[in-house]
This record gives sequence, C-alpha cells and structure tokens, in this order.
Amino acid sequence: MNTLSAFAAGIVFGIGLIIGGMTDPGKVIGFLDLAGSWDPSLGLVMGGAILVGLFAFGFAKRRTTTLLGGAMHLPKNSDIDPRLIIGSLLFGAGWGLAGFCPGPALVSLGAGQEKAAVFVAAMLAGILIYVAAERLIHEPRRRARRPA
Amino acid sequence: MTVDWTHFTPWTSLAGGIVIGLGAAMFVLLNGRVAGISGILGGLLVTKREDAAWRIAFLAGLLAAPAVWLLAAPAVQPRIDAGIGTLLAAGLLVGVGTSYGSGCTSGHGVCGLSRLSPRSLIATASFMFAGFVTVYLARHAFA
Repeated sequence: MNTLSAFAAGIVFGIGLIIGGMTDPGKVIGFLDLAGSWDPSLGLVMGGAILVGLFAFGFAKRRTTTLLGGAMHLPKNSDIDPRLIIGSLLFGAGWGLAGFCPGPALVSLGAGQEKAAVFVAAMLAGILIYVAAERLIHEPRRRARRPA
Repeated sequence: MTVDWTHFTPWTSLAGGIVIGLGAAMFVLLNGRVAGISGILGGLLVTKREDAAWRIAFLAGLLAAPAVWLLAAPAVQPRIDAGIGTLLAAGLLVGVGTSYGSGCTSGHGVCGLSRLSPRSLIATASFMFAGFVTVYLARHAFA
C-alpha cells in the first residue's frame, strides 16, 4: 500500500511539473533571466504548490501517523550552516546553467529526452562524488575515535 | 527588466503548481515523507535496503508521469539549449550541491517553505540567487 501510494504521488507530482512548465529548461531559464525578458510563470508554480502544501504540511505537523497508519517522518534538522548555503549556491548555479533541477530532469528522462539522460547521469555522479568525499573526510576521524 | 508576456502562462503554471502541491500532499499524508527529489534519490544511493521500496516507487512515478500525461494530452516539447558539456557540468553541480545542501527546489522550495522552515527559506533564497546570477553571467555578461 505504501509503495502504491508513493508511486501515485510520484505520478501526480510529475504531471504537475509538466503542466507547470518545469520540464522545459527554456522556461526555467526564462524565469531566472531577470535582466532579459522575464517570464514570471515559475513563481506561480511555486506559489500554487506552496498554497496546497501549507494546508497539507500544517495538517501533517499535527499528526504522529500518516492516514495509512505509518510513521510521520518530517525533517528535524533546523540548522542554518555554511553547508546549507554553499550546497544550495552550487545547486542554483547548476540549475541556472542547464535549466534542470532533479525532479523535472527525472520526468524528462521518463519522456525519453536524451539531454535529460546526460544531465541525470552527471547528477548521479555528483551525488556519488559527494558521498565518497564525505567518507574520505569522516572515516579517518571515526577510526581515530575508536579506542585502541 | 521587461516581462516576457508571450511566454507568461499564469493559469497553467498556477494549475501545475497546485498539482505539484497535491502530489506533495499525498506523499506526506500517505507515506509520511517529504517529497524532496534529491533527498529521495540520494537516499537510494546510500541508505539501507528496507528504505528503498518507497523511494523507488516515488521515483518510478516521476519517470512514468510523461506516459500518463500522454493519455490525456499531447507531448510538451521542451527547449533544451544546453550542450553536452554544459549538461555534464550542470548535473555535477546539482548532484553535489543538493547533497551538500540537503535539498533542491522540491524539498526546500516546495515542501520546506510549506512547512514554514527558516532553514529551507535560506536554502531557497540561496539557490534562487545563484540561479539568477548564473543566468545573468551566461546570457548577458559572457554572451
């Protein structure tokens, strides 16, 4: 049941990205191009999503279980640290370069767009590079902390 | 700044946003999870196996969305100006950046702002700022 609902939620989310124009990098860049001729559409995509989200998350916050009886896993981290800002800046630079962010890139991959496939492959490589770098940095420390 | 009225699609964009919100609402109310695509994908590459089913199911839903869309409407042709080199660089930046910053447009932008999270507000402001600057540099400063 949980797998089915996750699949259905993914389809609805993806169709919303298509309707909203998020899967069209030209439109995304048109929104990010403040100095050129600016297409404000994506602001309305965000606004519409947040409008619904405010109710959904407001309701979810007051519950400890889901409507299906499972556990509610809302993020607990509220740290505003350099990682958050540097990571988000890097992400925004990549987003502006090609006009793809992760969700729309996956939807475009599903539509058979070859350029989305190239982007997704590089994105997966980026995630793996991050994971490997984190291990390299934290592994020696963890070893050092272990009593001999 | 001039507004591009010919490409401005207020109603379809608002409708798309509402449908995105509904997808996120279904996911949090039925699965108890935040619809943050980068986090769902990243978790699949690092965390334990018992966690994998709902992640794969949600991502499969995203991949299946265009096929479902085609049942009702014609395909939307995207404009992808970026060449292979740009796509590779952009993908790497997005992969590393969303991992390091723990989220993207969906996790921080849609779900985080809906949760009224100050952390996500800072993240969203940061990636929007970087997006504006990057497009300015690419389109106007070095074009």
